[in-house]
Amino acid sequence: MTGVAVHLKGLRRTFGSVHALDNLDLSIAPGEFIALLGPSGCGKTTALRVLAGLEDADSGEVLVGGKDVTALPANKRDMGMVFQAYSLFPHLSALDNVKFGLKLRGRKAPANRAGDMLDLVGLTGFENRFPHQMSGGQQQRVALARALAIEPSVLLLDEPLSALDAKVRVQLRDEIRRIQTEIGTTTLFVTHDQEEALAVADRVGVMRAGRLEQLATPAEIYQAPASAFVAEFVGLSNRLPGTVAGEHIEVLGHRLPLIAPSASAEATALVRPESVTVEPHDEGEGRVVTTSFLGPISKVTVAVGEVLVVAQIASDRLATLPAGAPVRVTLAPSPVALA
Amino acid sequence: MAGVIARRARKQRVFRWAVLAVLGVFFLLPLVAMVEFSTRDANTWSLLVDWPRLSETYPDLSDGIVASLLQAALTAVLMLVLLVPTAVWVRLRLPRLRRLVEFLCLLPLTIPAIVLVVGLAPVYAWVNYFLGGSSVTLVFAYTILVLPYAYRAIDAGLSAIDVKTLAEAARSMGSGWATVMGKVVLPNIRSAVLSAAFLTVALVLGEYTIASLLNRTNLQVAIAFLGKSSATMSVAVSLTALLLAFVLLLLLSLFGERRKSRKESTS
Repeated sequence: MTGVAVHLKGLRRTFGSVHALDNLDLSIAPGEFIALLGPSGCGKTTALRVLAGLEDADSGEVLVGGKDVTALPANKRDMGMVFQAYSLFPHLSALDNVKFGLKLRGRKAPANRAGDMLDLVGLTGFENRFPHQMSGGQQQRVALARALAIEPSVLLLDEPLSALDAKVRVQLRDEIRRIQTEIGTTTLFVTHDQEEALAVADRVGVMRAGRLEQLATPAEIYQAPASAFVAEFVGLSNRLPGTVAGEHIEVLGHRLPLIAPSASAEATALVRPESVTVEPHDEGEGRVVTTSFLGPISKVTVAVGEVLVVAQIASDRLATLPAGAPVRVTLAPSPVALA
Repeated sequence: MAGVIARRARKQRVFRWAVLAVLGVFFLLPLVAMVEFSTRDANTWSLLVDWPRLSETYPDLSDGIVASLLQAALTAVLMLVLLVPTAVWVRLRLPRLRRLVEFLCLLPLTIPAIVLVVGLAPVYAWVNYFLGGSSVTLVFAYTILVLPYAYRAIDAGLSAIDVKTLAEAARSMGSGWATVMGKVVLPNIRSAVLSAAFLTVALVLGEYTIASLLNRTNLQVAIAFLGKSSATMSVAVSLTALLLAFVLLLLLSLFGERRKSRKESTS
C-alpha cells in the first residue's frame, strides 16, 4: 500500500466568534506521518474533521491524491479514522467490527482480511470478544484494525490514546508508528501531548488559534522552535531574565545565541532544563530548593538570587544535591528563544 | 442498645408487611371481584376464547378487538418511523433543538384527552373527507398521544450510547445514512425501541375517550357498549385487556433489567 499526498489549502472555519481554522495551509507528502499538536481549542481536531468530511470548512480546499474532495461527504472520502472516544459498535464482536467496512465495500473473504488486521494489531484470539469485554487499549487496537482494514488513502487519528493509562499509551503509540511504517499509509495524528507527537511523527505541526505556528521535524521543533509559543508548548522551559547584546543574550553570566534577533534590550530567555548543568560547589551562587525523582532522570530546582532555575540531571547524581546545598549553575550555549 | 435496634427493626418489618398487604388488597381485590363476576356465567370464558363464536355472538366486540390491535400495531410503526430518525438527527445535527423537541413531545401529557378531542375534531373532519371514517384513522391521534412515553424511552436508549461517535465511525468507513441507522444505531437501541413499542401498544389498547368522542370503534368503546347488554362478557374482556397490558409492561421491565445488567458488566 502506498500513501497519497494531502493538501489543505486556506481552510477557514468559525464557530460563532471563534476562529477554529484561520487560513490553515498544510501539505502532507505520500506516506508521511504528520502530528498536529496544540493546546485545547487551537483547531487541530477541526482540521482533522474537515479532512475527514465530518465538518464543513467555511472556505478553502481539501485535496487528497490531487483530487479536490472538499464537497465530498465523509462516506465517499476513503479515510480510516480512530476516535478519541471508544467508537467500536457495541453490538458487534471485534471481528465483525473490523469486517464492517469491508462488507460495505463488498470485499471478498472479509473475515480473512479482518483476522489479518487483528493479527497486525496483536489481538489474535480476541475475534469473538465484544467491546464491553475488552480493555480501553484493546478497543483502540480494534478501532485501528478497523480503520486500516479498508485500506484507506489517509489514516486519521483523533487523540486515540488520550483515554488510556500511561503505560498502554506508550505501548500503543509505538505500535501505531510500527504499523504505519509497515503499511505506509499517509497519516494525520492529532494530539495535545507533545511527547506523543515528537515520538511518532515524521513532522510535527504546532497549532495555535487556527494557524500552523511551525511545521518541522520533531528535532527541529524541539531544538529550534520558531516562536516563543512553540518553545514553551514543546518541552519544559525555564524563563530566565537577561540582557540582549546583538545576536546573543546574557543570562546568569552566560552568553547564549538567540534563535531570532530581538529589538528590546531586556528580555526573558526560554532555556531547556537539559541545557542547565548543576554542580555542587561551596562557593556556588545557587542553592538547591527541591529535587524530584523521575526514574532514570531527575529534576532539580535551584534558586539563583530571585530566579528559580530547573535543571535535568541523571538520577544517580541526586544524592550529591540535597536541598539547601550550594551549587554552581552553568548554561550550555545552545540557541534560545525569547518569551 | 442491641434490644432497641432489634425492636426498631421488628417494627419496620411489620410496617413494611402492613403497607404491602394494604396495597395488595387495594389492587388485587377489584381483579378478584372481576374474576368472580365474570365466572358467574359459565359460558363467558369459553366464548371469549372461541373466536368464530365470539364474532358471531358479539360482532361489535370482535370488531373492536380487531380495530384496537390494528391501531396498536400501526401506531407503534408510525411512532417509530417518525420518532427514531428525528431523535437521532436531533442528537447528531441539531443538539440545540433537543429541549424544544422534548417539550413538544411531552405536550400531549399536559393536555387532557377531552381538550385534545376538541382540537382534533376539525382535523378529523378533513381526515373523514380524504380517508373516510375508518377506525384505523385514529392512528394519527394516537401517535400524538403516545409521544411523551415513546420519546422518553427512545431518548433514554440514545443517551446510553455515543450516537455521534458511532455514526461518525460508520460514516468514515463508507456508510450512508440509511446504513448508519439500520446497522449501527437501531441494533444498539433495540431495547429502547421495544420499550417504546410496548408502551404504545399498552396505551392504545386502553384508550377510550378519543375513540368514543370521535365516533370510532376500538376495544374500550366496544367494552363500554357491551357493558349495557352483557356485563359478564364486558368484565371478562376488560380483565383480559388488563392482563395483556400487564404482560407487556412485565416484558418491558424484563428488557430494561437485561439492558441494565449488560451495561453494568461493561463497567
